[in-house]
Amino acid sequence: MKKYLSFFRLRFVMGLQYRSAALAGIVTQFVWGFMEIMIFHAFYQTDAAAFPMSLSATASYLWLQQAFLAFFATWMMENDIFDSILNGNIAYELCRPISIYNMWFSRSVATRLSRAVLRCFPILIAAALIPHPYGIDAPASPMHFLLFVLTLILGLVVTVAFCLLIYVLTFFTISPQGLRIVFTSSVEFFAGAVIPLPFFPEKVQKVMELLPFASMQNVALRIYSASMSTAEMKNAIILQVFWLVVIVAAGNLLCSLAEKRITIQGG
Amino acid sequence: MITMEHVCKSYKIAKRNAGFGEACKALFHREYEVIHALNDVSFTIHDGEMVGYIGPNGAGKSSTIKILSGILTPDSGTVLVDGRVPFKNRIDHVREIGVVFGQRSQLWWDVPVIDSFELLKDIYLISDSQYKHSLDELTELLNLAELLRSPARQLSLGQRMRCEIAASLLHQPRILFLDEPTIGLDAVSKLAVRDFILKQNQTHKTTVILTTHDMQDIESLTQRILLIGKGQILMDGSLDDIRTENDSIDETIAELYRSYQI
Repeated sequence: MKKYLSFFRLRFVMGLQYRSAALAGIVTQFVWGFMEIMIFHAFYQTDAAAFPMSLSATASYLWLQQAFLAFFATWMMENDIFDSILNGNIAYELCRPISIYNMWFSRSVATRLSRAVLRCFPILIAAALIPHPYGIDAPASPMHFLLFVLTLILGLVVTVAFCLLIYVLTFFTISPQGLRIVFTSSVEFFAGAVIPLPFFPEKVQKVMELLPFASMQNVALRIYSASMSTAEMKNAIILQVFWLVVIVAAGNLLCSLAEKRITIQGG
Repeated sequence: MITMEHVCKSYKIAKRNAGFGEACKALFHREYEVIHALNDVSFTIHDGEMVGYIGPNGAGKSSTIKILSGILTPDSGTVLVDGRVPFKNRIDHVREIGVVFGQRSQLWWDVPVIDSFELLKDIYLISDSQYKHSLDELTELLNLAELLRSPARQLSLGQRMRCEIAASLLHQPRILFLDEPTIGLDAVSKLAVRDFILKQNQTHKTTVILTTHDMQDIESLTQRILLIGKGQILMDGSLDDIRTENDSIDETIAELYRSYQI
């Protein structure tokens, strides 16, 4: 365990040193959030009653999404890992007494965490100062806040486990490009990153909520402003744990298969 | 003790001719060629031995090292390193070995070298006292004092290679695999690296297997050489066996390669 914590620590510290990247990220995410709220505002003006979430709940959803973008954006993957497979530096990782899967896992969580720590506070503070209903509201209740934190963490590890599937599959496909494009675009759509899942037609939404993608950002961001009933929250958390176990198991299985038939590229 | 018996390893490589038409054809029909990187390789290396593993480019040297270090799984044959099968139980195996790939880097690019070392300390679960002992010894022998606090990306190749070798020895492995450790180094760095490897072998009785194209490496380091070509062991002997009267060592080896048509 200690060795994986060390990977986590080194990666976390490394992530914290990229200050200008963080600043650029904050500005982008702030502008992006503002733009999305403007668009939703225009829709709500036509007929507010036609929407499944109130404007202020949607605004909170969007600001949290922007603040914790680094947790859930599947397009932010560890290029180092792809590079190490492509150029063969993975050889060095393989001659360490560590599990490749666990090491990648701790690294990825650390990178996402360090990025989010640098970016989330300015966005959250600014969004809290924006007047209702365009800013971020206080959480619906202390219980909702605690569940928000829990599901946020679960969502983070589900996202990381999902990205790990793509890293491991790169052992088989040689180039990650195709996989990355297919996976990231489907995740963006099905996870509720483009529009929140409640905005989809009811039948479609029912199916989407069962998919692993819904266990990423969807749960935490909706629990925060109480857009889920108690029963829905319970089901959603069970599903998150279920998908986490399934995806991690699948990743480990694929990883051990890959290790058996590995080739080191570049001699 | 290291034994390899009848080890074979082949790779499947997609091939096509140049040109747009050929590229389109390859979309629908791929032609593969099977390359036999290792073809019935057998040898035994005893504890504390220092062995030079030579052969032309693509002969199978790196594949052998990668099989011995548990990275690659052979197609057939048996491999035993101190009673362990490297590819069966990779994690237990690699704890006991050190590997340097001269063409790659194991140091983290953006952080000071010492941070990479600390990470290795945690990975190999090295105790504080042992770590301090190894680090002091390596720092002195490889002259690292000035380098440890600089990021790896700002070191010259020779400086980095000294750090790479130190990184592979922090956990005091009993077996050291060196895959072209002197590639691209200047004369001073080469001598320093050779000197160090020799000392490591003498004082710690570390078994060393070294692949190289630099025949001076072989001349100054190893008593025994294994010659591999086209995936087969062609010769197992000492440098004296092949040395001719007046030729330089490079010419001798070139002559040897020619005589085996590799």
